[in-house]
Amino acid sequence: MVNENEEQILKALHQDLAKPKFEAILSELVILTNELHYAISNLRSWMQPEYVSKSLATRFDDCFVQREPLGVVLIIAPWNYPLQLLLLPLVGAIAAGNCAVIKPSEISLATENLMAELIPRYLSQDCYAVVRGGPEETKALLENRFDHIFYTGSQSVARSILQAASVHLTPVTLELGGKCPGFIYGHVNIVAAARRLVWAKFFNAGQSCVAPDYLLCTRATQDTLVPALRQALEDFYGTNPQTCPDLSRIVSPRHWTRLMNLLGRSKGKVVVGGESNEEDKYIAPTVLVDVTEDDALMEEEIFGPILPIITVESLEKGIEFINCREKPLALYVFSDESSVINMVLEKTSSGGFVSNDGIIHMSLPGLPFGGVGGSGWGSYHGRWGFETFSHRKACMLRGWALERLNGLRYPPYRDDKLGWLRWTCVIDSN
Amino acid sequence: MSREQEAVARARKAFQTGRSKPIEYRIQQLKNLQRMFTERQKVISDAMKKDLNKSEVGTQLYETMGLEGEINLALKKVKEWAAPRPVEKNLLTLSDTVYIQPEPLGVVLIIGAWNYPWAVTIQPLIGAIAAGNAAVVKPSEVCVHTAKVMESLLPLYIDKELYPVVTGGIPETQELLRQRFDHIFYTGNSAVGKVIMEAAAKHLTPVTLELGGKSPCYIDKNCDISIACRRVAWGKYTNCGQTCIAPDYILCDPSIQDRVIAEVKKSIQDFYTDNPKTCPDYGRIINQRHFKRIMALMEDSTIAVGGDNDESDCYIAPTVLRDVKPEAKVMQEEIFGPLLPIIPISSLDEAIKFINKGEKPLALYVFTPDDKIINKMKNETSSGGLLANDCLVHYSVSSLPFGGVGNSGMGCYHGRFSFDQLSHLRSCLIKQLKMEGVNNMRYPPHTPKKLGWARFFILNSVDLGWAGRMALLAVLAVVAAVVIQNYLL
Repeated sequence: MVNENEEQILKALHQDLAKPKFEAILSELVILTNELHYAISNLRSWMQPEYVSKSLATRFDDCFVQREPLGVVLIIAPWNYPLQLLLLPLVGAIAAGNCAVIKPSEISLATENLMAELIPRYLSQDCYAVVRGGPEETKALLENRFDHIFYTGSQSVARSILQAASVHLTPVTLELGGKCPGFIYGHVNIVAAARRLVWAKFFNAGQSCVAPDYLLCTRATQDTLVPALRQALEDFYGTNPQTCPDLSRIVSPRHWTRLMNLLGRSKGKVVVGGESNEEDKYIAPTVLVDVTEDDALMEEEIFGPILPIITVESLEKGIEFINCREKPLALYVFSDESSVINMVLEKTSSGGFVSNDGIIHMSLPGLPFGGVGGSGWGSYHGRWGFETFSHRKACMLRGWALERLNGLRYPPYRDDKLGWLRWTCVIDSN
Repeated sequence: MSREQEAVARARKAFQTGRSKPIEYRIQQLKNLQRMFTERQKVISDAMKKDLNKSEVGTQLYETMGLEGEINLALKKVKEWAAPRPVEKNLLTLSDTVYIQPEPLGVVLIIGAWNYPWAVTIQPLIGAIAAGNAAVVKPSEVCVHTAKVMESLLPLYIDKELYPVVTGGIPETQELLRQRFDHIFYTGNSAVGKVIMEAAAKHLTPVTLELGGKSPCYIDKNCDISIACRRVAWGKYTNCGQTCIAPDYILCDPSIQDRVIAEVKKSIQDFYTDNPKTCPDYGRIINQRHFKRIMALMEDSTIAVGGDNDESDCYIAPTVLRDVKPEAKVMQEEIFGPLLPIIPISSLDEAIKFINKGEKPLALYVFTPDDKIINKMKNETSSGGLLANDCLVHYSVSSLPFGGVGNSGMGCYHGRFSFDQLSHLRSCLIKQLKMEGVNNMRYPPHTPKKLGWARFFILNSVDLGWAGRMALLAVLAVVAAVVIQNYLL
């Protein structure tokens, strides 16, 4: 489906987000193809019974873990990477043997239309149904019983999803967001750091759950950082980003207004960018300095091409700043000093952690992708997706012999029996 | 501030000092816990006798021995479990360090149950401590004496700020649930499980729910019925049937029903004598409310063995019910008592259909010498765990994940699973700022040539093994250098 309809997919993504072909191919098609290849090559081994270690008492028994499908899972996707975030979970669900109800986001309308048309042509409609609609339809969907709900989106909606799930004791995976800090500290190759930061931040016009939301650095670093950011932006998007085909747009007028409102209320100083155009849903890549922690831009996840820089006096203060807030989905540290990196790693928590780059950890199927605390619950990608949508059934097959040994555990209970049992159970063949 | 709020706030403050994180500290606390069980065996057993009429040996066998094993395992393995776990890389990240770092979640709430109060309250605590968390321990108020013992003993041995014990009933639990936790671990029934999950929704707190259900027990007519019934009787009547994984009911061919009844009767006599009421190894129902509940379940079924009872003593004899119908009262809820209904069923397929009509149970038991039957049962039903030819004992294998599915629960624990369940597995990618040239292929302005290279580097559909990857990396480095020089700059 993905291979045969690449043109149409790219067109739809461009319609929804003005997504540049390059970004769309890498972040929507390639990542999906990777996940599919990975699942196809490894599925058989994932499905095998996993034999586990035993004690002396269970020496002659078969003890293993058998993965099973959960049943019918619900996948709810957001609009920012409408293909990836809809189909990557689906790969895990199918690999694990489930049926799925798939709910694409109605905000990325062109992609939703395309998915509703394409998926039934390639996958069984009975097993993998596409359901379209907005908040009302989603609410109705959630009244049904599912065996797992996989939701990517915002914290506020996640709360209602969790409440709906609790009615049926349905387990959930919540891929949420938060404000992902970018911390630049110590001795650092500022040009390289700035390029990587700019790439990670303005990819998809900042509308990524793992985009560096805001930057933390000392005043001295800020002085060298801002020109480096400016240069990188110019190298990437030219002097008039609105005319550059490699920059996305904001997904909807509502979100454009939201971002412009945040920018308007901010007390920070714009040092790069700031231009915008409502009709085009365009906001220039914008950097602000002199932003304080109670600024409008620090109230919620920005999810747009606006990058506030907050100065801190020291590494400790920076870590404290990060720890006062919800655990983010990703945390980025830029430094040439490994002691700085290790300190931040040790003293903070986040879904994922990358030093000296941004976003790229998502491309590794060996790493579980998910949040912690306010940024989410559960994870997927690669084998983690398979496990998320599976039940690990503990299986133990005993024989009929050795009933004498069992005699040790039957009443009447006696101290000497207990002694023998201790010995056989506590010795671990590990 | 309420007492509950204070305990949670103190635990969070203690966690934020970072002292629960170092491995040495975790090991120290676990060792202290270990000492508690060695030194206070008598106090613990006395309370268990008062709560559930459990004998001293019974307490050790079913409660503390398992915990000692888990503590030993954690002591041996915690360093390994907490260490960074390397993962495979793609071509683009070949020269980077990629691993998963287990981290504590923060403050965990552990809500225990009354049936094996030590086992189900302390085992999650072991996992919480091993994973570096703080934990608020809320023992079940239903096992009155044991809750008191936990409240008085635990602070004497383990850090009382990091691991406070908060006792109380429903209002106190509700107050606790209003606070924010980083994980809630609940053992109990499905109805309360739903309430817990709903409360957790407020703060988006992940939960582990160890619930119950009706664990079916299928006895094939061609098996050694004597041995099967012995094992089933043990599984059923231990702790007076008040075990989340007790075989709830039996499914068997009508032709063996009489034999099954006779064999179970014989086992009951062997285990608990002719008068179980006077036998020190036979337990009691936890309280009058449950006594009445269980007695009512028997009302519309035929008693084949037992049935005698004494409300003043919360005693119900080991009981077998015959020819039970699916609509009978005893089949409408988890029994959690010493009643063993037998439902005659004509074939394995019928049994599987029957089982699948109900909620997914915590455990499923099948007694048969035929591997084909075991496999059919395993493949065509779902349950937390499956045990062939015995009852309960899969619980004691710490390398097996213990937990439910669907209505019987979510999440699992025991051994390393406890550690992982109460940890955050943080994905870490450690890069350097050099080799920036290679990154150029992903930056705008985008060109088709760059796209080709980027695809190549990111697509990881080939597994070359270490040597292969090293060779490929060397070749690629050269190629990349050439490409960068000539095409991208």
